[in-house]
Amino acid sequence: MHLQLGWRNIWRNPRRTSVIMIAVIIGVWSMIFMGAFHRGMMNQMVENGIATLTGHIQVHQAGYRNDPAIENSMAEPEVVQTTLESRLPPGTRWTARIRVGAIASNARHSGGVTLVGIDPAREARISFIGQAVTQGRYLGPDDEHGILVGKALADKFETKLGRKLVLMSQDSDREIGSKAFRIVGIFRAEMEATEKQFAFVTLRAAQHMLKVENGISEVSIVMPNRHEVELVAEDLRDALPPSTYEVHSWRELLPLVNAYLSLFDTFIFIWFLVVFIAMGFGIVNTTLMAVFERIREFGLLKALGMKPWWIVRGVLTESFLLLVMGTAAGNILSFLSVFALSGSGIDLSSFAAGAEFAGISRVIYPAIHPKDVVMANLVVFILGLLVSVYPAAKAARFTPVEALAHT
Amino acid sequence: MTVDVKMAWRNIWRNPRRSILTMTAIAFATLLLVFMLSFQFGSYDTMINSAVKIHTGHLQVQAGGYQDKKRMRLAVPDPGAIGTILEATPDIEAYTYRANAFSLVSSKERTYGIVVIGIDPAREASVSALKKVIRHGSYLSSTDTNQALIGELLAKNLRVGLGDQLVVLGQGRDGSVAATVVEVKGIFNSGQDEFDRSSIHIPLSHFQEVYAMRGGVHEVVALGKSLGAIPAIKKTVAGVIEIKDAKQPLVVLDWMDLMPGLVEGIQLDLISGLILYFILIVVVAFSILNTFLMSVFERTKEFGVLMVIGTAPGRLTKVLLLESLTMTAVGIVVGIIAGILITWYFQVHGIVISGTSEVVRQFGIPERMFPRLSFLSITIGPTLVLFITFLTALYPALKVRRLQPVEALASV
Repeated sequence: MHLQLGWRNIWRNPRRTSVIMIAVIIGVWSMIFMGAFHRGMMNQMVENGIATLTGHIQVHQAGYRNDPAIENSMAEPEVVQTTLESRLPPGTRWTARIRVGAIASNARHSGGVTLVGIDPAREARISFIGQAVTQGRYLGPDDEHGILVGKALADKFETKLGRKLVLMSQDSDREIGSKAFRIVGIFRAEMEATEKQFAFVTLRAAQHMLKVENGISEVSIVMPNRHEVELVAEDLRDALPPSTYEVHSWRELLPLVNAYLSLFDTFIFIWFLVVFIAMGFGIVNTTLMAVFERIREFGLLKALGMKPWWIVRGVLTESFLLLVMGTAAGNILSFLSVFALSGSGIDLSSFAAGAEFAGISRVIYPAIHPKDVVMANLVVFILGLLVSVYPAAKAARFTPVEALAHT
Repeated sequence: MTVDVKMAWRNIWRNPRRSILTMTAIAFATLLLVFMLSFQFGSYDTMINSAVKIHTGHLQVQAGGYQDKKRMRLAVPDPGAIGTILEATPDIEAYTYRANAFSLVSSKERTYGIVVIGIDPAREASVSALKKVIRHGSYLSSTDTNQALIGELLAKNLRVGLGDQLVVLGQGRDGSVAATVVEVKGIFNSGQDEFDRSSIHIPLSHFQEVYAMRGGVHEVVALGKSLGAIPAIKKTVAGVIEIKDAKQPLVVLDWMDLMPGLVEGIQLDLISGLILYFILIVVVAFSILNTFLMSVFERTKEFGVLMVIGTAPGRLTKVLLLESLTMTAVGIVVGIIAGILITWYFQVHGIVISGTSEVVRQFGIPERMFPRLSFLSITIGPTLVLFITFLTALYPALKVRRLQPVEALASV
């Protein structure tokens, strides 16, 4: 009965209801859509960070993180490997790497790079490099002299496929070890900084160059999804002696991304509030109008014995219906627009350098996150009903005599 | 005219509650925009200034192509001559010379490949913040030769402290081997990790000797009196330099050429901000459209009477527009004043957003941020609000023209 009454009441003035509903729809749409846009941006930032050789969990020799030199590599990776085999949940993948700062040089240029020695087959299933080679080929298992460099690095060094590149780095005897490689593949990455930073060789080649037997710098682990990461990391910490090994999750490995993530929730909540306040004024005003138009009606109802509480309930029911329709349409609209953009994404290429500077991808794919949607709807609903209490209370307080005298 | 204004004004106050709510909505949007834009502009200023102070200066004179290739031999051969030109250019605050070379730097235990930067200690202090961010030891003096300043992170990576020696090995301008031993005199922490990890600074004279620079430098770095003066300075300097040296082309680059990422990052941030504000104003517009509409519909009968006694529909439109514009104007003025007051408070006291320090530090923004009121930040938002509210008000105001007096009179 209440619902029906409310429903009929809001359609007594279709234009007014439509206008305020459009305000609610745009508001809800902007909340969810902008939320999805920024969430997409954050997700890509996290995914990029993880794919750019971070992985979900990393295991290092104790002290390596503070002093990433080859001396601090794991001398007996077998110990770690057996632990991983037995402890990691099924579906988890991992790989071992050598990672050291090195100097790359050719006849014309020299510059600093990060030399990464990889197990080509395992690495391809874990980080971006497996799919990133655009010219030439990926490393083979026995590629003693092959090296993969980024497009930006190749341009900076004025070199190309098939040319030589000499790498130098400090070896385990604290001498400068150097080795000549031939560029077998050129890779592209989301960030130009990644293309400039990394040069990939096989694990074996790196171990020869740096004079370490079986030593590795890090083990990178990728899980089927991000939820269990902390649990697994904790489990590994228990299994590996902390005096020798350090286990870090991606949140610790990418502190900047993690800081962004925690800021993000606050930011989006503020955006929701601001949009709500903007439409809140409209909701209050429209409801007030609807109430004042019906002063006589309320007076009559009261004179007939209706309790004030019923009137409050009646007015709130009207707001409720309005909000339900507005949020429903807003949700549908935002889902549709996110869906429409999920294929092509939002292209920021014209700001490529700016996006790079801010650490975001060139193409943003909006991502709907249930938490954001629930929060947006809750904000609109709860606050929407709260602000409607004011006109509702106003309506309930008319005394019958006053109200009936009102024209 | 005055009658129209008076009518509009009285119409507004026929329903004070509604009008006040509408004006508050407009004031809220205005306030928010003034504050947010001031905040954004303020953070851009800080970003640009700190980047300029630590890295690039406002303006650099380099050999053509050096910016992209960073080749040793692309040097400015006679920096003194450029200095003389800069001395003569108005609005230049200070200038200095720098030279860079990628080299191997080894301590007893570690070796890293980094950039060795030659600086003129006295001049550098007037251009960059380097002297101010020394945390241990002391800054270079003009008599130092093989002394070096080193970033805190690099010092940690190399495992060196004050007084330790570093072996520098690189390639000179002429392709010869450049080698020297320097002693760590000071350790700096600029807060920007990349900078603190990737360079050491040695006196320019020593650099020129070691790297066979034959008196040349790579960058002549200048600081203008203000950001606004840079385009004019750039033009003047470029004009003089072109005439002076036709054989070896030199180029003048301003901070936007030197840091394209920063400029685009700012544009990106500004545009995404404006999109958010636009959406917000549209929501506000629909929120107040109802008020404007209602003030027309509940007075249909009244308009009928006015028309019957000979008021032209155009005049009704005018009165209605006056009414909504007055409300908008009051809302905007209140919003601007409140916005200025709030912004001004934070401009004096600064804002600390907890949890942001890690993020903003990397962009060179201090933890405490200061919004900055400017003519633009005060006017952009209100103009947008005015424009969109005016469009909103047009609809009911034009609708009134279609009223037929007889029908209007008959409505309740």
